Amino acid sequence: MSASAIFVLDLKGKVLICRNYKGDVDMSEIDHFMPLLMQHEEEGLLCPVMSHGSVHFMWIKHSNLYLVATTNKNSNASLVYAFLYKLVEVFTEYFKELEEESIQDNFVVVYELLDELMDFGFPQTTDSKILQEYITQEGAKLEVAKSKVPTTVTNAVSWRSEGIKYKKNEVFIDVIESINVLVNANGSVMSSDIVGSIKLKTMLSGMPELRLGLNDRVLFGLTGRDKGKTVMMEDVKFHQCVRLSRFESDRTISFIPPDGESELMSYRINTHVKPLIWIESVIEKFSHSRVEIMVKAKGQFKKQSVANNVEVRVPVPSDADSPKFKTSTGNAKYVPEKNLVVWTIKSFPGGKEFLMRAHFGLPSVENEEAESKPPITVKFEIPYFTVSGIQVRYMKIIEKSGYQALPWVRYITQSGDYQLRTNV
Amino acid sequence: MQEWANQLCENRQFGSKMTDSKYFTTTKKGEIFELKAELNSDKKEKKKEAVKKVIASMTVGKDVSALFPDVVNCMQTDNLELKKLVYLYLMNYAKSQPDMAIMAVNTFVKDCEDPNPLIRALAVRTMGCIRVDKITEYLCEPLRKCLKDEDPYVRKTAAVCVAKLHDINAQLVEDQGFLDTLKDLISDSNPMVVANAVAALSEIAESHPNSNLMDLNPQTINKLLTALNECTEWGQIFILDCLANYTPRDDRESQSICERVTPRLSHANSAVVLSAVKVLMKFMEMLPKDLDYYGTLLKKLAPPLVTLLSAEPELQYVALRNINLIVQRRPEILKHEMKVFFVKYNDPIYVKLEKLDIMIRLASQANIAQVLAELKEYATEVDVDFVRKAVRAIGRCAIKVEQSAERCVSTLLDLIQTKVNYVVQEAIVVIKDIFRKYPNKYESVIATLCENLDSLDEPEARAAMIWIVGEYAERIDNADELLESFLEGFHDESTQVQLQLLTAIVKLFLKKPTETQELVQQVLSLATQDSDNPDLRDRGYIYWRLLSTDPVAAKEVVLAEKPLISEETDLIEPTLLEELICHIGTLASVYHKPPSAFVEGSRGVQHKRLPGSTESGESESPDTASAAAVSDAPPAVIPSQGDLLGDLLNLDLTPPTTAGPPPPASSGMQMGAMDLLGGGLDSLMGDESEPLGGDLGGSPAIGAGFGAPPAAMPASFSAPVSGGLDDLFDLGGGVGMPMGAYSAPKTVWLPALKAKGLEISGTFARRSGVIQMEMTLTNKAMSVMTDFAIQFNRNSFGLAPAGPLQVLTPLSPNQSIEVTLPLNTVGPVMKMEPLNNLQVAVKNNIDVFYFSCQYPISMLFVEDGKMERQVFLATWKDIPNDSEAQFQIKDCHLSSDAASNKLQGSNIFTIAKRTVDGQDMLYQSMKLTNGIWVLTEMRVQAGNPVYTVSLKCRAAEVSQWVFQSYEAVLKN
Repeated sequence: MSASAIFVLDLKGKVLICRNYKGDVDMSEIDHFMPLLMQHEEEGLLCPVMSHGSVHFMWIKHSNLYLVATTNKNSNASLVYAFLYKLVEVFTEYFKELEEESIQDNFVVVYELLDELMDFGFPQTTDSKILQEYITQEGAKLEVAKSKVPTTVTNAVSWRSEGIKYKKNEVFIDVIESINVLVNANGSVMSSDIVGSIKLKTMLSGMPELRLGLNDRVLFGLTGRDKGKTVMMEDVKFHQCVRLSRFESDRTISFIPPDGESELMSYRINTHVKPLIWIESVIEKFSHSRVEIMVKAKGQFKKQSVANNVEVRVPVPSDADSPKFKTSTGNAKYVPEKNLVVWTIKSFPGGKEFLMRAHFGLPSVENEEAESKPPITVKFEIPYFTVSGIQVRYMKIIEKSGYQALPWVRYITQSGDYQLRTNV
Repeated sequence: MQEWANQLCENRQFGSKMTDSKYFTTTKKGEIFELKAELNSDKKEKKKEAVKKVIASMTVGKDVSALFPDVVNCMQTDNLELKKLVYLYLMNYAKSQPDMAIMAVNTFVKDCEDPNPLIRALAVRTMGCIRVDKITEYLCEPLRKCLKDEDPYVRKTAAVCVAKLHDINAQLVEDQGFLDTLKDLISDSNPMVVANAVAALSEIAESHPNSNLMDLNPQTINKLLTALNECTEWGQIFILDCLANYTPRDDRESQSICERVTPRLSHANSAVVLSAVKVLMKFMEMLPKDLDYYGTLLKKLAPPLVTLLSAEPELQYVALRNINLIVQRRPEILKHEMKVFFVKYNDPIYVKLEKLDIMIRLASQANIAQVLAELKEYATEVDVDFVRKAVRAIGRCAIKVEQSAERCVSTLLDLIQTKVNYVVQEAIVVIKDIFRKYPNKYESVIATLCENLDSLDEPEARAAMIWIVGEYAERIDNADELLESFLEGFHDESTQVQLQLLTAIVKLFLKKPTETQELVQQVLSLATQDSDNPDLRDRGYIYWRLLSTDPVAAKEVVLAEKPLISEETDLIEPTLLEELICHIGTLASVYHKPPSAFVEGSRGVQHKRLPGSTESGESESPDTASAAAVSDAPPAVIPSQGDLLGDLLNLDLTPPTTAGPPPPASSGMQMGAMDLLGGGLDSLMGDESEPLGGDLGGSPAIGAGFGAPPAAMPASFSAPVSGGLDDLFDLGGGVGMPMGAYSAPKTVWLPALKAKGLEISGTFARRSGVIQMEMTLTNKAMSVMTDFAIQFNRNSFGLAPAGPLQVLTPLSPNQSIEVTLPLNTVGPVMKMEPLNNLQVAVKNNIDVFYFSCQYPISMLFVEDGKMERQVFLATWKDIPNDSEAQFQIKDCHLSSDAASNKLQGSNIFTIAKRTVDGQDMLYQSMKLTNGIWVLTEMRVQAGNPVYTVSLKCRAAEVSQWVFQSYEAVLKN
């Protein structure tokens, strides 16, 4: 069904730690992984699935590690990749950073986790908060807790333990929208969408029952209310805790939240948004002598709003030298290792327009190899504002002890995959 | 390995941080003894440290199996962490020390009764991982207890343990009744237990396909759907994957399951979403298309599929490979979503290539402008593979969307102007296809193409260019010079180019005979005398012969009108596509191969098929009748006839997995050859005195000779297959001498008791085209019998005696006589139940006796039941999928050729055979005496005794009798 064994390898392909779950694939098969990967890389046919004989390797890379699952069956590939990423998530929660060193430093816990996360190739409990209740880093602590029955593990509510207590009951709600834009070299927007995410930081006692109200157009349509300021969400994805069938039937978002930080939901809106920061660029390349770059950035959002930490990244040829810049605001910096000019503007009010000019020398002997044409990318953050106009209308919190809890809401819009193709 | 540990300890010794890595310092020589001592220490803490050191050594690959007894001694501890470490050690070394593993059994048994559920679960989990046959039977009792444990955590672990144990000793698990306990757990109150029980059962069922373990019925389905809402994300996947194996009874049940599965599309876990998509795609097949819900469901599928593209790249890749299947099966789902497949600069290459493929599939007149603009952008990138594919994509767009052809051509010309070598070559290859699709439309660009002749260094591009020159020789002034320039290095060219050059020069000669005589002689002699390549030689001889005997015929053959190439190429064959849809999310869907092609030991595993909507037609509900009628519409993606033909002739040798299946490349060249052989071979073959003829017929290379290396084979073409070719490919005749028709041994039809002493046993046979009833009449009475006569009642196929029953001499007591009665099929017809029932009356001097017997329907297969390939394709397509029946023949150990031969003996003709991933597919036809055609596809896998036969016939009621015949013929 899924993985026969899981391996964690270093960059050279040496096994740091592994766990054989099913015993139907020879553990030494992993020795073929690295040569296979190199071969694929050389041929330019890198692929997340590779096979050697009857053994299939599904792998991901994280920092200086390869996480590899082997199988000789027709495994559920999406389950395996989702599990490998989950592994990264759990290890990261345990060790802060997941890398070669943290695996070596914590091999006992890694073994314990591998034992608990998957059984005979079937993923089991993978919620790190719950795992931390009975798989702890220090043995001493474990002995105290050892007689405790991990009820949460098998509960229908497998993401929250009972008996959580806070002096002050609060929920912090962050609504974050990322704008993905792809603009053609001639300035037309090829595709644009909004990927939103609602994150919670829950500090609530007991087993609270929560209900989140949004200005969801479908919901308003169902209840026959005014559709004025509503938002049409194209696709919504929820955390395990949200009752999906309830949402399906009457669009109510009801759940018992996980404790602490979690992503409650994400959504996608496929509307044609005006790119919030518009870039016009003229890049002129005079072979054997120089490159001249002129970039104009315009804030296409409300005057009251301000975009923070704006970064416009403009590609330059790899053999460019002697940079010179002139900016109407902010400052520009050449990052030779990435072949980029990064123009930073700390605060960019809506409606404003700024200019940056750059000048580079080019060597008289030119680089023979054709260079790729990376796009201009932009990073920014606009607080107190969402492009889609999505709003949290209410957050109802009901707990049997009847305490009063306060929800806090924050809105922020930021750049996602924000690419503008250039002519050069 | 050791190096790592040593290095680690060096690094670590300086650090003040106390981490696990300190345990790696004990890998010096002689330390095993030290460890032994520490393991046997009285101090708990020291013991634990020692075990950690042992595990550390194990981790770096050092053999610490020598410490087995000492480590096992530490097992009995109340320290959970220590226990886990010892268990870990056991799992690793038990297999190599089976005798010592028994030492651990007692502790397992004890731990399974520990008051702490964590320890009980740990014990039951670990003991299943100790794959030592000897100890498994000791584990049955503890497992039985744990399966009934009060704590769900223990139960869910025990459920998985059953699957583990089954893997080691299936018989034991069955004998102990664990499978039933496992089935009971599907009704457990705890969703996690249900999920694991489902997972375990599915796993067992998958390795034992005939066990009928997952006996899914509406009650269990309901339990699963309830658990679906409550279990973890992984549990949801197990349940959804299990649901996907279920076939609902009718469209209503199908819809109600779909309704309960759709909320899963909103789950944050991509794997849950894909498994839900699988269930929906499968069950949707059963829904009537005019149902509102069907439309709703289609609309619901698009957004989650699009969102999958925001997942991690590896998950995106799996999603894209599956979307590729989904758009082939149901193009309407994503037809408006072209933009999301636009390639981003930072996409990994494997994502880029897949997106490109889907873009072409979604290209239509409505979005072609955008697509072309994008493709042009991609074609100026730097990644060679991606650029090549983008250029090819432009060509495919031109062929797919006629309105865009002109724009595509001009885009390609722009790209040729870039003079980037591989772009130019790729462009020329696709322009040749565009010429094939739109003859006499874009020839103005030939001049530009010719300018780039010198830069072509890849065989495919050279071959394409040569084809163009040959094809349009009359419009290219210096065609002879151009072709001559290629001829200089003839022997250094690849076969593909040589074949092409040969054909092109012959074409040129036929068009401009006066100036090119020398050239054609040169190439013919190069091809026939100086070449070692049989394909090239054979083709050379054919041309030579043709040109020297009948130039007019040669012209007709070589310059014949070429059939147009088809639009959609590289579509996955419909039956494979159906199977892959059933495997959405799995490796099979990523490879685009059936599991049987890459999973060892999957013989006997049934190929999954989508449910047809036939069943719904049979249910009583009035609205389903219309449903069935509507779903009669042919599935959205049936490749053009040419594609299937290509498949049938096994010309498309490209494995379906390759990221970029070849476009309709270089079909022109092969077409030339096809035409040539088609028209010309007959006369050649007919010429007995010509030694060459025999040579050709016998040459196995002829098939391959149609065109160059398989990689460049046309993915599709729709050549009318002429008689000459048929003969060449006549597999039936080629395989060997057909054996006689099968006839069953005689059985007693009329027992003596019922007929006053006359016993009749008999059978049916078809001998040289005549149906015969062969009977043995035995007189068991005391008196002589005379005056025999026979009559048939009306029957389904109008069987009737063709003459009187020839029993000339009186039949004395205790005497037997063999009688053969020839039959014809011109008698009165009445449909019988069962269909092949025959009621017979036999008269003698004593009385009239009645009996009925059943004849094998294979008696009715006529000798001219071999359908033309083209007709077969058309008919197969034409018969709605609902009338397709499928059955399996088990325990058949014949090779596909032997089987085909055997069947031919009974007038079941193999029309074509192809091999896909080690699986032979035989396409067969037979015709009944009353003119009914039956078409079948038989799948045979080497080493697998189970054959799968799919059957299509306009008179569906004959199916089961045809199945019986297959069974009877193949097994005798």
